[in-house]
Amino acid sequence: MIKNILNLGDAALYCDFGTEVNKKINSEVIKYFNTIKEINIEGINNLTPSYNKLIISYDLKVTNYKEIKDKIEKLDVAEAQKINNKNIEIPVCCDPSFSLDMTRVENKLNLTKDKILENFFNKEFFCYMTGFIAGMPFLGDLDENMRVQRLETPRVKVPKGSVGITEQFADIYTFESPGGWNIIGNTPIEVFDSSKEINPNLINPGDTVKFKQITLEEYKNYNE
Amino acid sequence: MSKNYFEIIRAGVNTTFQDKGRNNLYHIGIPFSGAMDNRNYLLANKLVGNKLDLPVIEFAYQGPLLRFYGDKINIVITGDVIFKIKQRSREIDGNCYETYQLENEDEINILSTNKSVYGYLAISGKFDLKLQWDSCSINTKANIGSNGGKKLENEQKIKISEVNENLNNKKINYLNSKIENIRIMKGTNFDYFSEKGKKDFLEKEFTVSKLSDRMGMRLEGPEIENIVNTNIKSEGLLKGVIQVPADGNPIIMLSDHGTIGGYPKIAVVASVDYDRLVQISPGSKIKFKEIELSDAETLFKLYEMETKNLLSQI
Repeated sequence: MIKNILNLGDAALYCDFGTEVNKKINSEVIKYFNTIKEINIEGINNLTPSYNKLIISYDLKVTNYKEIKDKIEKLDVAEAQKINNKNIEIPVCCDPSFSLDMTRVENKLNLTKDKILENFFNKEFFCYMTGFIAGMPFLGDLDENMRVQRLETPRVKVPKGSVGITEQFADIYTFESPGGWNIIGNTPIEVFDSSKEINPNLINPGDTVKFKQITLEEYKNYNE
Repeated sequence: MSKNYFEIIRAGVNTTFQDKGRNNLYHIGIPFSGAMDNRNYLLANKLVGNKLDLPVIEFAYQGPLLRFYGDKINIVITGDVIFKIKQRSREIDGNCYETYQLENEDEINILSTNKSVYGYLAISGKFDLKLQWDSCSINTKANIGSNGGKKLENEQKIKISEVNENLNNKKINYLNSKIENIRIMKGTNFDYFSEKGKKDFLEKEFTVSKLSDRMGMRLEGPEIENIVNTNIKSEGLLKGVIQVPADGNPIIMLSDHGTIGGYPKIAVVASVDYDRLVQISPGSKIKFKEIELSDAETLFKLYEMETKNLLSQI
């Protein structure tokens, strides 16, 4: 349920679902997101679901805060339709040329590289949200013993395809971009395909993701 | 297909195609983009007799030098821009908000924006562009939009697919007003900041940093002191949101912003001031002024009426 609705400036509603990050709260956010997307409320021009917030942007030329707030408060999301969530396997190569922060992660976690990879590749991840850069999935949750803070100084350029971890989350850099996550590998597959106008994202909120380790040889041959 | 085109002799610093932008894609990580200064974008299209949502060329600081090849076309430049027109080998100083007719081998030389950032060039017709998600808007960070999502480069050709039949010259008198006081509303994390931090934010001057671009405007000034947490759980961003990262220097999100961010939101710029905010050039001083939501809504309505009024005079 939405706990509180505030304005974020004069052209957006800030819907607060709580402070914790878990599947239950995130599923509520996604339920609202899907319902609002489905019914097409006049004036709404963007929806941004995240772990526990939903930001609803609207065109101030067409509507205003009070009108949209009233409509959202009266919204019936109980009957939200079932969305077909996918299970996706992502190949990742952890060759030292890709796992830029492995040594740092080993030291911070006090675990061997083998143990870190075992934990990472055995985990089934849940996609909470996508964004920051186009198509980047925010995946959770890593176990307590795998949680490491982001880099003190973010990289100016994280290579495309990099797989990073921070706190309980993992992500994939769909483009070369600045970023502060601990990079432990790289995937050869396109997680965002801008040539597709419909469903450009391989991974969407609610999907389940498992990473599969591949060798450098397999990585190189992947797209041939 | 018409045989009209421009040759880019000099591309300029950051020259892109832009239009009204893209909606309903924040959730997959694609920002709104579109022309930074919406009013000047609309005026440009109207002056050359186009539909208001057609693509135009946006430039920042130094603009392009273009040579026209073809029959005849009208062009207009909007913003606060210094430029020259070479018509039949005679060079004249150009005026913004006034159309010029170009013939074969005439040139437009956009020297610079004047104490501002963005300017617009519209043609009486259509550029031959491939749209993505119903918009040409180039987002160079994600390589989305026309021209492969990349800015325009020297020696490229800009093809024109259609030229309007009516080539009447038009002009209006319009002066871009400058602002120093940016009106804002409190953000959702306003109380993350100390009493001194809030006071500094609302009362002190900030300098626009050179590191500003279409993604964001970085500010330098008093360090805004955070007493709760310098990170929040990542959540959605909008253009106009002012985030304060750990170093205490505010960043204002602009049209190509990342769609999700994890820094506290101290404030949000009122929509009425957005067009003028983006025109404030690096090195300039700005101050913030807090207003209520209801005032922001009324001020925006007035601004929209003024824009409509200007368009109706053309």
